[in-house]
Amino acid sequence: MIADQRRWERFTPRERLLRFTFYLVAVAAFVVSVQTVEVIPEFLYDAPEQVVDLFARMWPMDLKYYPKAVHAALIETLHIATLGTILSLGLALPVGILAARNVVPVTAINQFAKLVLVSSRSVNSLVWALLFVAVFGPGALAGTLAIAFRSIGFVGKLFGEALEEANRGPVEALTAAGAPWPSVFLKAYWPQVQPAFWSIALFRWDINIRESAVLGLVGAGGIGVALDTALTLLYWDQVAVVLATIFAVVILAEIIVTTIRSRII
Amino acid sequence: MTAIGAMTGAAANGSGQAGMTGTRSLSIRGLTKEYVRGKPVLRGISLDIAGQGITAIIGPSGTGKSTLIRCINRLVEPTAGEIWFQGMDLARLRGRSLREARRRIGMVFQEYNLVERLSVMENLLCGRLGYISPVRAWLRRFDPADIERAFELLDIVGLGAFATQRADALSGGQRQRVGIARAVMQRPDLLLADEPTSSLDPKTSVEIMELMAGLTAQHDIPVILNIHNVELAKRFAARIVGMAGGHVVFDGLPADLRDDHLKQIYGGEGWLE
Repeated sequence: MIADQRRWERFTPRERLLRFTFYLVAVAAFVVSVQTVEVIPEFLYDAPEQVVDLFARMWPMDLKYYPKAVHAALIETLHIATLGTILSLGLALPVGILAARNVVPVTAINQFAKLVLVSSRSVNSLVWALLFVAVFGPGALAGTLAIAFRSIGFVGKLFGEALEEANRGPVEALTAAGAPWPSVFLKAYWPQVQPAFWSIALFRWDINIRESAVLGLVGAGGIGVALDTALTLLYWDQVAVVLATIFAVVILAEIIVTTIRSRII
Repeated sequence: MTAIGAMTGAAANGSGQAGMTGTRSLSIRGLTKEYVRGKPVLRGISLDIAGQGITAIIGPSGTGKSTLIRCINRLVEPTAGEIWFQGMDLARLRGRSLREARRRIGMVFQEYNLVERLSVMENLLCGRLGYISPVRAWLRRFDPADIERAFELLDIVGLGAFATQRADALSGGQRQRVGIARAVMQRPDLLLADEPTSSLDPKTSVEIMELMAGLTAQHDIPVILNIHNVELAKRFAARIVGMAGGHVVFDGLPADLRDDHLKQIYGGEGWLE
């Protein structure tokens, strides 16, 4: 009897059954997915040849295309990403504060702020861009607003969570000293979340550089326009220049962000 | 240490503001607090605290000492009862009048509750936030007289050389000195101290108590103090209030506190031997 009680197993029979069911469902889902996608075998076997062919058409790159069209578009992309990020910081700050349950202890307001943040995130940058192109016409303005509106959800959510993790002690101390609410926020919450805020902002700027590179595909300005033109005309050597430029800028942004982040934290 | 010794001496012979003490007394009537409905932590506490000297509240953990102190400045909302201070019932104040009452009441915390990423000087000036507008706080446009006073207080608490250091660079004892100086910056009419020495070693605890007793005696500020250490309470307090089970079970002079009382407050007796 005692020996029985002392037998140890990692899983109970019930857990084992559940795990087996899970694996079974996973395999079934994979099989169904492959059937739905309808892979055409001829195209699949053909793929290596096509890749080699594509690279042959891309190389050598048409470097003259860079000064002609890519450079100006690249600068525009950087403007879109940076302005869009700055705009989103201004909009996300108040929404993030309203979403933090400890800073604003009113559930209805928290829920509303979270709804705003989720709406911003649930729409892809390209879809935001399509909407703003429809409203403001094609160009960098639509791109900037698309970046800003997509970023509100990201920055606001992370900033709100940073606020919720803030230590309650200094807040109590300043409240006990009779400080009005804005002063409590400025001197007790803000110093605690400031590094997180700038770190989130830099991270989002990094993402926005990448996202704004493709906005041109839907007419929202930037380097994506140059990419779209080259793709439409099947000038693969020019496509290669644009792709190489985007790659270089993304790497550069990554290096800049990592350097600054290590300084402020 | 010499500065503190001199201060205590000055306090002993020169309580010139005796006339003020009338406005600094506190009167608690039937104070009850229930965090969970039907389970009161404080069961109708009534206490009159004179406008001078240190009143120490002792009692086992979870008996509501901290809740009692926090009800006075409304960091905790009382369920029922009255707290009379300077002609106002603190339990009923709201909004602006609550803030104005709070800035007359300083508080010292067990975990110091400094703003870690701000300088020592700015932590002291945080004690003045109840008196200046948020815009001035944002622009750091503090009153030059307050800055002057903050430097003086830093010298008194022995941290004159630390004004520009960040608070998170200080040791526990140094942080509590900043905490006390911040509370005194408010020019309070009452000082609340919630276990101010519980996170400190025995020697630092005594030094912190000496500093707090000296500074408050000098400015004639009454102190209500929660403390676990009965010896420290007897050494520094003029009056001891013993709490158990949400009631006051002892109220008297430190010299009158006997082992019988301690048994009644903390229960059992084996620990007294």
